Amino acid sequence: MEATSHTFAGNARAGLANPVLRRALDMAGAGFPARRAEAIARLPEFDALRDEGKAIKDHTIGHLDFYLELYERQVTAAGGVVHWAPDAAAARAAVLGICRSVGAKTVTKGKSMVAEEIALNEHLEANGITPVETDLGEYIIQLRHEPPSHIIAPAIHLMKEQVEATFRAAHTALDPARPLAEAPLLCGEARAVLRPQFLTADVGITGANFLVAETGSSIIVTNEGNGDLTQTLPKVHIVITSIEKVVPTLEDAATLLRLLARSATGQEFSSYTTMSTGPRRPGDLDGPEQYHVVLVDNGRTALLGGEFQDMLRCLRCAACLNHCPVYTAVGGHAYGWVYPGPMGAVLTPALIGLDEAGDLPNASSFCGRCESVCPVRIPLPKMMRHWRERQFALRKAPAAYRYGLGLWAWVAQRPALYHALVEAKARLLGRLGRRRGRFRTMPLAGEWTRVRDMPAPEGRSFHALWAERGRARR
Amino acid sequence: MTARDDVLAAVRRGLGRGAVSDAVAAELTARVATHRRNLIPARAAALEPAARLRLFVDMAEAVQTTVARVSDAGDVPGEVARYLAAENLPAELAMAPDPALDALPWDARPLLRIRRGKSSPEDAVSLTPCLAAVAETGTLMLMSGERTPTTLNFLPDTHIVVVRSGQVVATYEDGWDLLRARGALPRTVNFITGPSRTGDIEQRIELGAHGPRRLHVILIDDGASEADGER
Repeated sequence: MEATSHTFAGNARAGLANPVLRRALDMAGAGFPARRAEAIARLPEFDALRDEGKAIKDHTIGHLDFYLELYERQVTAAGGVVHWAPDAAAARAAVLGICRSVGAKTVTKGKSMVAEEIALNEHLEANGITPVETDLGEYIIQLRHEPPSHIIAPAIHLMKEQVEATFRAAHTALDPARPLAEAPLLCGEARAVLRPQFLTADVGITGANFLVAETGSSIIVTNEGNGDLTQTLPKVHIVITSIEKVVPTLEDAATLLRLLARSATGQEFSSYTTMSTGPRRPGDLDGPEQYHVVLVDNGRTALLGGEFQDMLRCLRCAACLNHCPVYTAVGGHAYGWVYPGPMGAVLTPALIGLDEAGDLPNASSFCGRCESVCPVRIPLPKMMRHWRERQFALRKAPAAYRYGLGLWAWVAQRPALYHALVEAKARLLGRLGRRRGRFRTMPLAGEWTRVRDMPAPEGRSFHALWAERGRARR
Repeated sequence: MTARDDVLAAVRRGLGRGAVSDAVAAELTARVATHRRNLIPARAAALEPAARLRLFVDMAEAVQTTVARVSDAGDVPGEVARYLAAENLPAELAMAPDPALDALPWDARPLLRIRRGKSSPEDAVSLTPCLAAVAETGTLMLMSGERTPTTLNFLPDTHIVVVRSGQVVATYEDGWDLLRARGALPRTVNFITGPSRTGDIEQRIELGAHGPRRLHVILIDDGASEADGER
């Protein structure tokens, strides 16, 4: 997809002004955190599991080459094929090649963020193959030609009225007078429309939440069962996934699975956790005849060994989105690419560049909720700060910001001058604001005072008061 | 260089080293071979068999799985007939071609029409065995195979699963052990926790998104206290 991350500020303003989005995000912003908190309260070991989850991922990433090679050997031993894709183009070509080799006309798809990342649907369409998204949320946004606005709930920006209008416009063969105003009717209609697609698709494409090196298995976690129909019914199953999804053993996968659903939807376990190892066995009555894994790098190896390596632990649970005051205010589309919210603010500049996505790591109040809910303890605020530092060093921040910050740094390194200036400012503002107690506008802070007043200082700086009290104590 | 070499070289470059040394490789191989368990939540692991069974039922019911207990395998056909009638479903089943299910006294229920094999799109109801049931989260563990086609777990609107009390284990890890004890892995293993659901429209949970909207467990509580494997 065409990234619009560089217009984040405008995207965010549009999001804030969209009343449907406001209602939808209010529901999400309340629902997800409450359900997560309840699930975690029921599992006293949750924090200890987070430490173990982090350790498992760190261990695997530190030996990623070893585990990827073991994983490949085991996939091959089970009769599957691994295709290595250094970048998005190679990944698209691999998928298209497999589809062409079996003369595929339609493919069903389970939800995959990596497929979004490499813009797989557009590529298949451009080559005469029809991709059909089968996750309800993905199906809705595919009909609307929209990108997902959330990594586990892609249509979270819509209310049922929009879904109804979308279905009425798309399902023209159905009775226009049919009732369709309620969620159960909408779900039923999607089920009925998609069922024949499952049954006739030539290829099924899913993502993977985990790859198990020990057994050469891929694991998907879903609630709808669409991923299972997608990978069971067609004669070819393609797993499109990225290299950091690998874990050593089934036991390691179990630990991470205990973290995933609770962090994501607040479920104890998602409805379907499915482990797939190779194609149909001799004697099996169903299942695909071919099993392929397309292993995508696409910028991930560039994170190894640097200040963003911790990001490779990410399980894609979306807890950081659900708890982010920025995400829940502006919505996922404002971020302008595939991954929104705090994880997107860290990952997107790494994958599509700081020039395009430089605004994203700045769209944070550093409240730290993202890190506090992350199941694998990714220091998201710290990494957003690293992006800001890099932006500053590369002179990519706006000039006023750079000079302002430079000036501040120069003063802050001279404590006597700094204290004197701050004290003078506090006195001046204290005197000016004495009558009202607050300022309606403030030079150089117009954006800030546009939506709120600034309280007037009491007339002394914190440093001065602190020093004075120190003297009094002694 | 192949794409594979490219990616592996990039990994090693990023990690600032060459391929792992033989000594490290041996350590990692041993880590995989021993597949040590990580922290196991006390919730299920600490329980006696009877309490474990209760936890399984409680957790399953909490996610809208319905559970009927029978005291003898011979009661399963009767419970199937009762359930279908109570849910207003046709007396027709697609059943896994599994000898243990075949051995049940279906003759006593001549009105039940039973077809054995994989699922076809018209099937309204399926009946399958399972490998194990995990008490920790009320999860059923099913696997693909000649006797257990996977389509039965997903295509029909109603899925009935027969579980013997001896199959109820505490944790996923117990399930992995059962799986390893069988030798080669099956094509697929399905952990199923409640019926199919979606929250994609206004986060309101709707059952039966694409898979079964009803999941019914018939638990044969025959007093078997230990997980006695796959049969």
